[in-house]
Amino acid sequence: MSGLFAALSSAVSWFGSIIDPLCGPIGIFRLFGSGTLLACSDAGWGDEIAYGFMITASLAICTLPVGLFIGFFIALAKQSEDKSLRLATNIYTTIFRGLPELLTLFIVYYGLQVLAQRFLASIGYDEPVEINAFVAGMIALGVVFSAYCSEVLLSAFKAIPHGQYEAGDALGFHRGKTMRLIILPQLVRIALPGLGNLWMALLKDTALVSVIGLPDILRQTGIAARVSKKAFEFFGVACLLFLILAMVSSIAFAMLERWAKRSEVAR
Amino acid sequence: MSVIETLIPPQPAPPEAIKTYTTQRLIGRALLGVWLAASVGLFLIIVDGWDPAKFEKYGPSFISGLGVTLLLVACSITLGAALSLPIVFARMSKNKVLSWLAYGYVYFFRGTPLITQLFLVYYGLGSFRPELQSVGLWWFFRDAWNCALLTFTLNTAAYQAEILRGAIESVPRGQREGAAALGLPARIAFFKIILPQAMIVALRPYGNEIILMIKGSAIVAIVTVFDLMGETRRAFSRTFDYQMYIWAAVLYLVMVEALRNLWVWLEDRLTRHLKRR
Repeated sequence: MSGLFAALSSAVSWFGSIIDPLCGPIGIFRLFGSGTLLACSDAGWGDEIAYGFMITASLAICTLPVGLFIGFFIALAKQSEDKSLRLATNIYTTIFRGLPELLTLFIVYYGLQVLAQRFLASIGYDEPVEINAFVAGMIALGVVFSAYCSEVLLSAFKAIPHGQYEAGDALGFHRGKTMRLIILPQLVRIALPGLGNLWMALLKDTALVSVIGLPDILRQTGIAARVSKKAFEFFGVACLLFLILAMVSSIAFAMLERWAKRSEVAR
Repeated sequence: MSVIETLIPPQPAPPEAIKTYTTQRLIGRALLGVWLAASVGLFLIIVDGWDPAKFEKYGPSFISGLGVTLLLVACSITLGAALSLPIVFARMSKNKVLSWLAYGYVYFFRGTPLITQLFLVYYGLGSFRPELQSVGLWWFFRDAWNCALLTFTLNTAAYQAEILRGAIESVPRGQREGAAALGLPARIAFFKIILPQAMIVALRPYGNEIILMIKGSAIVAIVTVFDLMGETRRAFSRTFDYQMYIWAAVLYLVMVEALRNLWVWLEDRLTRHLKRR
């Protein structure tokens, strides 16, 4: 089993090294940065920063499905007829939209650590435990994302007329089938702009995870800045990388929106 | 043909529908139970770890941290509002260069994380110490609080500029034309007709922006400003007591919820002329 994982991870890292936009065969740093501080070798910081870029991007990409999944079910629960279900989910969104992301991150990171330590101590294991920063970041950002996402999806649900559900009933669809074939396609179309904004916010929030020690863009550039004493240049590079991520995702979302609206073309 | 000759005798009220125990109800109760258990657990942690000495020692520093947070947010929101006006005018001007400059400013500050901007100002500009000293600005950039204020002001100015622009553009053209038809100068038309209507549209996004700033201001703790988050981290690093984070969370939640409810009230009050009774 572990051999399989090792093979998988090496395949993924090989694939990543091929398409690496910064230090790959046709990467920006490889083409223009050689000989400078951003070279992709031991002389420069290019490869470290490229690694951080990958970490940031993969953290955001891994968090997205988690947040969407939880957010979808919370949005469903928020329009339930049952009062206790609505109350429970409203408490969830109030808490996680009200707390600073940094504080949520610390609470998850240290809280998980304390809980894991107590649990392991209760079964007789007395070593200090260290929670993986990537997982802690994924949980914290996913929880915050899902709280915001549920509000976006809830307003999208409310924008779908009730007749659509009735149409599903009239066709004899099961509830799940109505959701999948009738509601979801429209929901995606309505919610996409809001989800795009949330994705941008998520990308920016990933920078916070550098505080608990994940080697993302900000942490890697920070180390480079401290060692090379060129703080302005390196933090400028970090800003540019985040700008690039934002631009790429805004292009991607524009394409997605065009795809989602393909049925609305003028005839 | 049938004719009704007798009235239907009075019937008792139909029995109340029996509430079936649906899955939704079950899940709802279960989740509420989880919340209840979590709050009881947190309460027990607090009671269990309650230490008057700690409270006396760190209570005042939490209050001062709260003050720092509120002061920072208030200052940066006000200064940012002032700075956003020229940006909006540049963004909406017919001059292409000005408009693009303002767009670039807004895009930069909205496209990068606040924490990166803070590092760029605090560590980045801090590395130009000789130059800053020769210009006589070093005293400003030496202090982390000033750097945080500068970054937050620049950042919130970009967001507020977008809010204001959206709000101004949402005012119908006819309002401007109406003002022109009445012979009002453009300046008076803007301040007396366009802006008041735009502000009502902008009220809710402004509230959101203030909440975002309160939450975002937690990151100044990383550059050694002792705001609420900074005091929490300091207290935690000295005591390793997890309840410090719980106290900070409660304080932040109270701040945000109070502001949110204040804003709901404010919006109700300011839009009461738009409501139908």
